[in-house]
Order: sequence, then C-alpha cells, then structure tokens
Amino acid sequence: MTYEKVNELNLKDTELRLGLPGTEQAKEEQEVSCVRSNKRQLQSDNEEESTPPTKTQIVGWPPVRSYRKNNNSVSYVKVSMDGAPYLRKIDLKTYKNYPELLKALENMFKFTIGEYSEREGYKGSGVIPTYEDKDGDWMLVGDVPWDMFSSSCKRLRIMKGSDALALDSAL
Amino acid sequence: MNYFPDEVIEHIFDFISSHKDRNSISLVSKSWHKIERCSRKRVFIGNCYAINPERLIERFPSLRSLTLKGKPHFADFNLVPHEWGGFVHPWIVALAKARVGLQELRLKRMVVSDESLELLSRSFASFKSLVLVSCEGFTTDGLASVAANCRHLRELDLQENEIEDHRGQWLNCFPESSTALTSLNFSCLKGETNLAALERLVARSPNLESLKVNRAVPLDALTRLMSCAPQLVDLGVGSYENEPDQESFMKLMAAIKKCTELRSLSGFSEVAPLCLSAFYPICQNLTSLNLSYAAEIQGNHLIRFIQFCKRLQRLWILDSIGDKGLEVVASTCKELQELRVFPSDLHDEEDNDTAVTEIGLVAISAGCPKLHSILYFCKQMTNAALITVAKNCPNFIRFRLCILEPNKPDHTTSQSLDEGFGAIVQACKGLRRLSVSGLLTDKVFLYIGMYAEQLEMLSIAFAGDTDKGMLYVLNGCKKMRKLEIRDSPFGNAALLADVDKYRTMRSLWMSSCEVTLGGCKRLARNAPWLNVEIINENENNDLMERNEEDEREKVDRLYLYRTVVGARKDAPPCVTIL
Repeated sequence: MTYEKVNELNLKDTELRLGLPGTEQAKEEQEVSCVRSNKRQLQSDNEEESTPPTKTQIVGWPPVRSYRKNNNSVSYVKVSMDGAPYLRKIDLKTYKNYPELLKALENMFKFTIGEYSEREGYKGSGVIPTYEDKDGDWMLVGDVPWDMFSSSCKRLRIMKGSDALALDSAL
Repeated sequence: MNYFPDEVIEHIFDFISSHKDRNSISLVSKSWHKIERCSRKRVFIGNCYAINPERLIERFPSLRSLTLKGKPHFADFNLVPHEWGGFVHPWIVALAKARVGLQELRLKRMVVSDESLELLSRSFASFKSLVLVSCEGFTTDGLASVAANCRHLRELDLQENEIEDHRGQWLNCFPESSTALTSLNFSCLKGETNLAALERLVARSPNLESLKVNRAVPLDALTRLMSCAPQLVDLGVGSYENEPDQESFMKLMAAIKKCTELRSLSGFSEVAPLCLSAFYPICQNLTSLNLSYAAEIQGNHLIRFIQFCKRLQRLWILDSIGDKGLEVVASTCKELQELRVFPSDLHDEEDNDTAVTEIGLVAISAGCPKLHSILYFCKQMTNAALITVAKNCPNFIRFRLCILEPNKPDHTTSQSLDEGFGAIVQACKGLRRLSVSGLLTDKVFLYIGMYAEQLEMLSIAFAGDTDKGMLYVLNGCKKMRKLEIRDSPFGNAALLADVDKYRTMRSLWMSSCEVTLGGCKRLARNAPWLNVEIINENENNDLMERNEEDEREKVDRLYLYRTVVGARKDAPPCVTIL
C-alpha cells in the first residue's frame, strides 16, 4: 500500500500521533523550551543530562487509567549531589518548608549551604540546590512557594564545584 | 416443551440467568421468543449506541436490571475526546416514560448528569441498586437526590468516577428510615465527608456488607465505623498520613479483630505502613486484597503482610513489590486466581530495581495453579519466560501483558516476542482476553489467528508489520468481539477484506494506523449496518466535503460498531459518522 504525500504537504504536522522515542518528531519536542516569567531557567552550556523523550510523552501510554495515574501520588524524589557516589531518596511530604528541607539535605550530604536571596540565589558556599519540575525544567530550589515546589518537584540535584560556580556568576 | 403452558416454560426460563443462554433461547421459536422477552428481567447492552431505549423497552417490558456501556475502552487512556458521547439521560427518560419497574442500573464509561440522577431517583419506586464505573458529568448533588428519594436503595457503588464534590452533605440526605443498605462505596469522592452522618448511616444499616470510604475518613472515624459494623465483608479504607499513636492503633486493631467476616480489603492511598499492620488479625481470612493505590507502602511492608494472606484469590498490587515480593506471593497464595500488577513510578526514567520483570511472572505461574487472570506491567520480558508461563498455566482466561517501553524486544535475545505470545495462545485454549506488547511482527498474529479460538477481546499497540497481521486475526478468531489497535501499520486492505466479519463483532477501534479516509468511506458504503466514526480533533472538520485527494489522508482515530438504529444524533463536532 503506497502512501503519497498529498499536495506536497507534509501531513505529519497534522498527525496527532506522537513519534516513538528516538524518532525525529520526539527530538523536536525535546528542544522546545518554555520561557515563563517566574522561572529562573538553569541551562548550563555543558548540560549532559538531556532528558531523552520519555514514554510518558506518548499519548495514552502506558495504558493506565487517568484516575489511577492521578491518584498514585508518589512523593519520594531522588536526590543527587555532584560528586557523591550514590543517590538518595526523600519524601517531600515530611518537610513543611524550605529551611526544613535544606537542613535535611545538609545533614544527608554533609555540606553547608549559603544564604538564599531571591535576586542572587545561594551565595557563598558554591553549593546550589536545584530541582526538576513536572515540565522537565531545572529550577532553583526556593524560587517558588513551598506548596508549588512540593507538588511539582520530580527530582533534586545539588550542584557543586565548577558547574555551581558557573551558575553563580550567571545569576 | 411445547406441550407445557406458557407459565411453566417461563418458570423454567427463570433458572437461566446467563445473557448468552437467554439470547439463544429467544431464537428457538416464536413462542419461546415471546415468553423469553416478556419474562426477561436483566439486560446487558455492551454498546449503548447499538440500540435505542425505545426498542429495548418494546422488546423487554418486564425489565428490572439494565447494564449499559458507553465509551470505547481506549477512552480510559485519553484517546477519546471528552465530549464524544455515551449519555445515559435519554435512557432514563425513556424508561421513566414507559414506567418500567427499574430496580438496578449499572453504567460503565457513560456520561451521567445530576439531572439524570434526579430523574432516576424520582421515577422508579423500587429502585435498589446503582453501580457507576468510570463515569463522569455529575456532582454530589446528584448523589444527594439518589440518597434522599430512593427509599429502597440497597447498593450505591461508585468506582473510579470523576465526581465534582460539593462538600459532603449528601450523606445527610439518606432518611432516618433508610436501613436497607448492603453496599456503599464512595472511595472516589475527593472532598470532605460528613463523618457524623456516615457513622449514623452505618449504625442503622445492619445488612451493610460492603463499605468503601474516601480519603477524608480518618483513622479514629474508621475505628468507630468498624465497631458498629463488625458484619462487614468488604472494606475500603481511607487515608492516614501519619503514624497513629499507640492508643489509636490499639483501638483500631481491636475493632478490626471483631470483623471476623471481613474477606476483602482495598483503599490505602496515602497510608502509613503501620496502618496496614493493624489488619494482621484478619489477614488470613482475606480472599481479595487491593493495594494498588498504596503508593506509600514500600515493598518490604507489603511482603510482610501478604505472607500471612494464605487464602487470597484476588490480588491487585503495585510493582514496588518487586520480583522478590512476587516470589513470596507465589509461595503463599496457593488459591490465587487473579493478579494485577500496576506500575508505580510512571515518571521514573532510570533503572528502578524494585520494578517487576519476567522473573516475577514466572514465579507466579509456577506457584499459583489456579491463576486464570493476569494484568502485568513490567519493564522487560523474554520468550523463554512466556513459554514457561504458558506451560505452567494453561488455564488463562485473561492474559494482559504490558511492557512499558513500546517495541521492546526479548532482552536476552533481542528478538521479537512472537514466540512467547504464540506459546500463550497455543497452550491457553480457553483464552478470552489478550493484550500484547513489546516487539512483535506479523507472526504473532498468525499464531493468534491459528490458536486463539475462544478469543473475544484483543488489544494491540505498536505491533505488526503489514496488513497480513490484522488479517490473520480477523480471519482466524471466530469469536472476536472487541478489537482495539493503536499505532500499528494496518491499513485499508485489512479493514476492507471481510466486511461481514464486523456483523459478528461488537466494535473495532483503530488509531494511528494506516487506514485512510477513502478506505473508511468505502467501508461505510458497503456496510450500512455499521456506524463508522472518524474522530478528529483538528479544526477543519468537514470530512464529507473533502475532495478526492484527501481520500488518501490517514484517519487518526476510527471507531466502528454494529448497530440496529443507524447513526447517532448526539455526536459532537469532532466526530464524523460516515
């Protein structure tokens, strides 16, 4: 069965179907960046962690009822720290605000964090806590109200060393 | 039989409850047809658009119990637009107008409004049972009318519906005289619950066997509820985030101990693991356990609990139980008949070592001789494992395997999983429902067509190479009723090969396949007894006005079904019925 392009239009653009991971279309989705007024985007030049197109980007896959998807709230998030050999998992629900969370992180990974200010981020210690939100964007911990953070945070990454310094100066 | 008076024949028919059998009886002769239809109490309608309420009532005037299904199955996965259809209102209007003595209404994937519920509650004086599964469109106000007006209500069972919660006063609407409740399930309500009203209701319902509460019912309330309902057989528990204090815990455990009839347990969303252990006193009595919403309870707690549940027949669980946990299930639950393992961490991209693999599946198949139904979400599978499973469990009726990554091959051989699924259909001669996944070629469909003689429902995603695949299934599976396909390269040749096949099927769904508008139009012309629906959410929607060249345009979503009442009149703009 031959499929001919109609009127030279690439009908791919109008197809609702999303490509499988690794196809061209999926790559395009990856590159779309959202610029939102309240978000402080963290895009370092040597961003190694380019999130591959995930299976959750295919509409209706995996075949789990939306009722079930919405009701399986998993509040555990992975925490990684640059230079640390292993990941930790924490339950965000056990903390009520940023100071509690940061203190717990400090204890967990044995570091001290600098003072936070909205304008300048975390100054002084060379350690910057960041997180990935529901949309896949990397943000600075503390920029949004706690409730918004705890419901949208998918994982945490504590940046250290040269990456952190680069960000420090960028902010 | 023809020498007996009608009343005797009718009495004999009373013993026949299966829909299939009653349908067969009605085909024997004219007189049997008449006796059967006039005495028929229960009717099941798998597709609400296959017939209309007026014709239903005309044929079955003594109707007492009606089951209706609306949206196609893939609506569960957001593949069907919200406004597609499946409205129950015209049915209730017609039944009310004809003064049918309706007692029971069961709906699945239908749109229900408060107006419908209000009308229902006022129109049927003997109404006893309302079961709504995956429905939407109503609020707790509708529930309030049902509570207030259905004097003989015994069962109100709300499963996984989207209900707008206007904050909990509907429970107050059950009159004090209402004492007949046997089953109350409002676990899907999201808002607050009037605890005092609930406790009073439970206290005055001595026949209450099934109670499933929502998240807003805290631990101490649950303790009080169980204390005044020790006769409970089926319990759905609310939400207890924090570890309870010693005293509350002891009180709960004491109340649970008294519930010696308890056989089925569910709920547990956002529950601290300690609360699960309060149920240890009765866990050896459990035959049904649903912990698939208990995302907070980790594998080791689940395992510790399950190892005492020796009588389990049905288990729904999250994959956080892991292969090790499934091995414990396999060695403990020798009575297990149905297992569902759901994915827990849908956003996790990295290797999650607590998810389940082929190892868990093989263990279950080896340990549970009575297993006949399985739904298994996993990250990997092998042909060898499936072949072993087939050998261990030839009694499968339902086999649904979902490998999370589309097109994933056998991870040890990198081959397709054709042979594995082939082994399943060859061994399981009674297989009625099958869902396939992973890397699959046309060959798996050759096997399915060849061996799956009893197969009634088949779900296909990201599979096959050519039209031959779909043709093998359509030609081979004589008992096929529901076929649903997504993202597979099947096109017009397969769709149009045997139009009469669709007379024997309830419905066919194809999305993101290769069928074109031209092919669908041709099908609609050749089969006027089918509704051929094209679902297209793009703006420019006038499909009938398109010119010749657009006939080659691929159809995004096709849903066709047999019907005796022609094109429905309530289709939204995004649906075109050819």
